[in-house]
Amino acid sequence: MWNWDYVNDLLPSLLKAFGVTLGATIAGFLLSIVIGLVFAVAARSSIGPVRWIVRAVVEFIRSTPLLVQLFFLYFSLPMLTPFAMPAFITGIIGLGLHYGTYMSEVFRSGIDAVPTGQWEASTALHLSKRKTWLSVILPQALPPVIPVMGNYLIVIFKETPTLSAITVVELLLTAKSEASITYRVFEPYTLAGLLFLVTSLLFSFGIRLLERRYFGTKQLTGGGKR
Amino acid sequence: MIAEAQRGPYSEEEPSIRLEKLGRQQPAKRKPIVRYQSIHKSFGELEVINGIDLDIFSGEKIALIGPSGSGKTTLGRMLMTLEEPTSGSILIDDEPLWQMERKGKIVRANEKHLHRIRSKIGMVFQHFNLFPHMSVLKNVTLAPRSVLQLSKEEAEERAVEMLRKVGLEQKLHDFPAQLSGGQKQRVAIARALVMQPKVMVFDEVTSALDPELVGEVLTVIKDIAEDDDMAMLLITHEMEFAREVADRIVFGAEGRIVEQGTPEQLFENPQSDRLKSFLQRFL
Repeated sequence: MWNWDYVNDLLPSLLKAFGVTLGATIAGFLLSIVIGLVFAVAARSSIGPVRWIVRAVVEFIRSTPLLVQLFFLYFSLPMLTPFAMPAFITGIIGLGLHYGTYMSEVFRSGIDAVPTGQWEASTALHLSKRKTWLSVILPQALPPVIPVMGNYLIVIFKETPTLSAITVVELLLTAKSEASITYRVFEPYTLAGLLFLVTSLLFSFGIRLLERRYFGTKQLTGGGKR
Repeated sequence: MIAEAQRGPYSEEEPSIRLEKLGRQQPAKRKPIVRYQSIHKSFGELEVINGIDLDIFSGEKIALIGPSGSGKTTLGRMLMTLEEPTSGSILIDDEPLWQMERKGKIVRANEKHLHRIRSKIGMVFQHFNLFPHMSVLKNVTLAPRSVLQLSKEEAEERAVEMLRKVGLEQKLHDFPAQLSGGQKQRVAIARALVMQPKVMVFDEVTSALDPELVGEVLTVIKDIAEDDDMAMLLITHEMEFAREVADRIVFGAEGRIVEQGTPEQLFENPQSDRLKSFLQRFL
């Protein structure tokens, strides 16, 4: 049933496709962090309409499936606007936008956990809004949510096969086309699954290391002013 | 209004004295740097400030005393723009804090206006509110560098000077979590002082401290009070301290000013029953 020669033939193309999967994951994750931060900060804007719009957009994106959003970005958007993007870029934007809204909720919880006194002290010291966010609030809001951010990294990673629907040649699609050529399903899918498994485990190991780095020393957290 | 009737020796001072040279004059002869004018404040149904007029003269040390819930803290927080008055106005150096002019109309102040006007005010909080992720030195240099645009060297020089003043120059590189409550509060005082405010609000700064740590903080404040130029609004429950430091004591209850005057007048010879019964609890 299991043919090592076939595995040897398969591996180069699977690993190449795995590079695409990994690339989309990392780029999508980084984009989701940027988008999440922008949404989370904008949701606290002193300008009412900005808050409403952000809330509506976040709600809208979270309430529709990633697949539908990908189809829209890849097939419909070029018909409506002059923008036509390659499938890989579209996939990254889709992942970044979709998980950016989830990430914004993660950041929101981190921001809410920063005591009001920190905002008040920033006001009393006449810090600008920008300086308050960058130097006071975010440095305290982000470290505690690193584990949750890490979970989303893994979720995004496991979601990349969805990109095959818009013709991104990622790991699972490659496994599938290999299987359709040889009619051997066992090796390609098993290998794809194993690659996902090993990488996910590596990710969570890395996250745990980060976590320990940020929470190992008491001095950086809990200023005794809650 | 009660407040109006009992404003004592300060009520009729008018800005004619403005031209005189400031110096070691009686605080009463200086010009008011802060004027609260018929201030009201409600939180929903609850009215915490019920018509207060109060002038703070440049360099004057005012102690605000009274039972909890009398609106003392709210009065201080309004000056720092942490709370907006429901009605009335606050003038800082003759400029309204909470209102501004736009196209000839008086409108509610925007963030930019608030930022500009409140720059003369500083505040020290009950719960210190130090930045826990920054060293003591960084806590104190952050605002001078970012707001006053000082160079790193200049900001650190000023910060170290202030930290020496509060007796913590050997703690520069410690983090807040490594300090005692009293030390934290002294850092917070240095952090506010380094911005050289014209008025400093001290909001129950010893209330969160263990009793044996209160003394060191009060000593530092007394020391700062030697400075003639900075006005201080001391919201406090420490009667002895208020008596020693303040030029004027203001006693408030139920959102109004009930009685005010020099420490001698209020502590030796209280007029109102409300103040008498309040003081009895401290003797």
